[in-house]
Amino acid sequence: MSGAEVLAQQLVNGLTLGSVIALVAIGYTMVYGIIGLINFAHGDLYMLGAFAALSLIGVSGLAPGDGAAATWGTLAWVLVLVMAFTGGLNVLIERWAYRPLRRAQPLAPLITAIGVSFILQNLGMLWGALPLEVMGTNAVAPKSFPDLIPRVDLLSRMGLATGVRVTTKDLFVMGLTVPLMLGLHLFVTRTRLGTAMRATSQNREAARMVGIPADRVIAVTFLIGGALAGAGALVRGLFFNTIVFNMGYGAGLQAFTAAVVGGIGSIPGAMLGGLLIGLISALSDHLISARWTPAVLFLILIAVLVFRPRGLLGDPTGQKA
Amino acid sequence: MNIRNGPSALAAALVCAALLATGCPGNGGTAAGKALVVSSLPMQGSAMGQTRSVVNGIRLAFEEVSYKAGDLEFAYEPWDDATAQTGTWDATQEAQNARRAAGDERILAYIGTFNSGAAKVAMPVLNRAGLLMVSPANTATGLTKPGLGESGEPGIYRPSGQVNYFRVVPADDIQGTAAAVWAADLGVKKVYILDDQEVYGRGIANVFERACKDRGIQVLGHDGIDRRAPEYKALMTRVAQTGPDLLYFGGITQNNAGQLVKDMRAVGLECRFMGPDGVFEQAFIEAAGAENLEGRTYTTFGGVPPDQLKEGRAAEFARTYREKFGIEPEAYAVYGYEAARVVAHCLREAGARDRSLVLEACRRLKDFDGVLGRWSFDANGDTDMTMMSGSTVVGGRFQFVRFLTVE
Repeated sequence: MSGAEVLAQQLVNGLTLGSVIALVAIGYTMVYGIIGLINFAHGDLYMLGAFAALSLIGVSGLAPGDGAAATWGTLAWVLVLVMAFTGGLNVLIERWAYRPLRRAQPLAPLITAIGVSFILQNLGMLWGALPLEVMGTNAVAPKSFPDLIPRVDLLSRMGLATGVRVTTKDLFVMGLTVPLMLGLHLFVTRTRLGTAMRATSQNREAARMVGIPADRVIAVTFLIGGALAGAGALVRGLFFNTIVFNMGYGAGLQAFTAAVVGGIGSIPGAMLGGLLIGLISALSDHLISARWTPAVLFLILIAVLVFRPRGLLGDPTGQKA
Repeated sequence: MNIRNGPSALAAALVCAALLATGCPGNGGTAAGKALVVSSLPMQGSAMGQTRSVVNGIRLAFEEVSYKAGDLEFAYEPWDDATAQTGTWDATQEAQNARRAAGDERILAYIGTFNSGAAKVAMPVLNRAGLLMVSPANTATGLTKPGLGESGEPGIYRPSGQVNYFRVVPADDIQGTAAAVWAADLGVKKVYILDDQEVYGRGIANVFERACKDRGIQVLGHDGIDRRAPEYKALMTRVAQTGPDLLYFGGITQNNAGQLVKDMRAVGLECRFMGPDGVFEQAFIEAAGAENLEGRTYTTFGGVPPDQLKEGRAAEFARTYREKFGIEPEAYAVYGYEAARVVAHCLREAGARDRSLVLEACRRLKDFDGVLGRWSFDANGDTDMTMMSGSTVVGGRFQFVRFLTVE
């Protein structure tokens, strides 16, 4: 591979990683946008989504090498069920853990979120002990997620003589995240419920006065944010092929950084932030050193906070930034 | 008066009961319960398969002497230095264990730690307390050997100036070198080295790097990974560009070694993979996927792997272990057993509940009739055994290939 080809390869690596980060970042940003809470449990919800996906695949008996029809058919069902599971669980968490604290001082729900994160993590540990073959022999060890998506090199298939590999797996990540994000964008900007959501995020009291059922809108926000975490979890499992009960912390940190860089509270901001974090990680791994990548990412976070505290696409009023 | 007296008498009784339960330090050394040996190992997280096996080994050794060292009766308590949140050992938890042990007069020996990073935390605390510490698993070089670790090591772990830390496994200067010897034997010319940036992983990777250079193996690069990163494709793309014959990873399964191997294969890097005893466990094969390792994975281990416990006392240990616990011993079980036998020996030699006598007995230990042969502690607290073994992955399991010797 020539220097340019390697760079192009790293851009592909960065974009796919960034897409996965963006799906989780949206959950942080939506919840923050609407109730001003940094939902620390979101990363762990994502982890449970991955465990749910692994269990469902284990139960379905789907294995690498099964026919395309069977694979995609089953995965579509798994996707729907996992999204329903994480979305529903997120609504329950909001109902039981956060709603009772709606009028408490802001620190109370934040600490509650950390508590919920611990609870979910321990659920993940227990889940890993289920007597399923896909869970392996050690409850808490990293689990291998079956490599169901074939890795066909598209560029060489098309007859392009290049060392860059864009595989069907990379395409799968983009093919799932881009429509989900577009759909979310249309939902928020074009539908009645989306408008109500934006209104609630701008001013909850005023929204209530004009007749918007704020509690229901908040529940829907948690439902969508949770469902996207579920989709992200399935993508992560299928694309990276390893999940572990404490992966929520690292994933959450990365996604939260993406949300802040993009402008917390802004959905397009979270998408942009996710892609940026993915690209910067890949380029830093390549050009500087993997040892320094976390430092590079946090330096960029600090720079954004210092020079543009509302983030790249944050609300210019500064209300939610 | 009665009304006031009643509750306070009750309270006094409760306090006394509580003190008795915790050993009533006020009562002096002899009357308050038995002497105690504790172990501090990560009993949560994916190292648990190993550590449970170590605890089983310790129990087996103590049961053989019926928890008696001469006239001295003692009890054993396994402590945990991991937390649920980290899923692996935790510095705060280990420091807490060490302080608790240092302050509890009943405790005469501390078996631990499992991870070298944790040993760094516990060693100075236990050293000041003059408490014997025997590790069944630490292999980082700097813990004991002057000049081979970071600057100031190992003096910083011995504030009292005395040696109180001993280990029954050979250290990484031997393991890292043995790995390089093996790589050279396999015909490796160019190697890329990664580590998990922990005391153990980075330490052994550094030794391996030096040993490779000494043997004329070209080191293409040495980088560290972020264990929390979801994947390593970008890093692996760069590594693949350099065209190595072998990728060496200094680190442990819990620091994302499985993902590393998967991404290595995903970017089309099909070369050999070598790792130290930190990945010598079934959990690593499960996480990495057997198909990614099969036939091209090499792990070193500082001693004799469980499937080679075939002769004499070692075979007897393996048989009793299987009978008693109904499972195969993991790699470090036999070293838990050996560490506990050392402790029992030292308690018997000391013959009294006196930490300094116990420590003295361990310093004097020579030609110990160990389960793996006859060995002695040197002045640094290291075993003079240097036998290493190498295994590969065959049929989704580790299989012993050869013994490795370092001249």
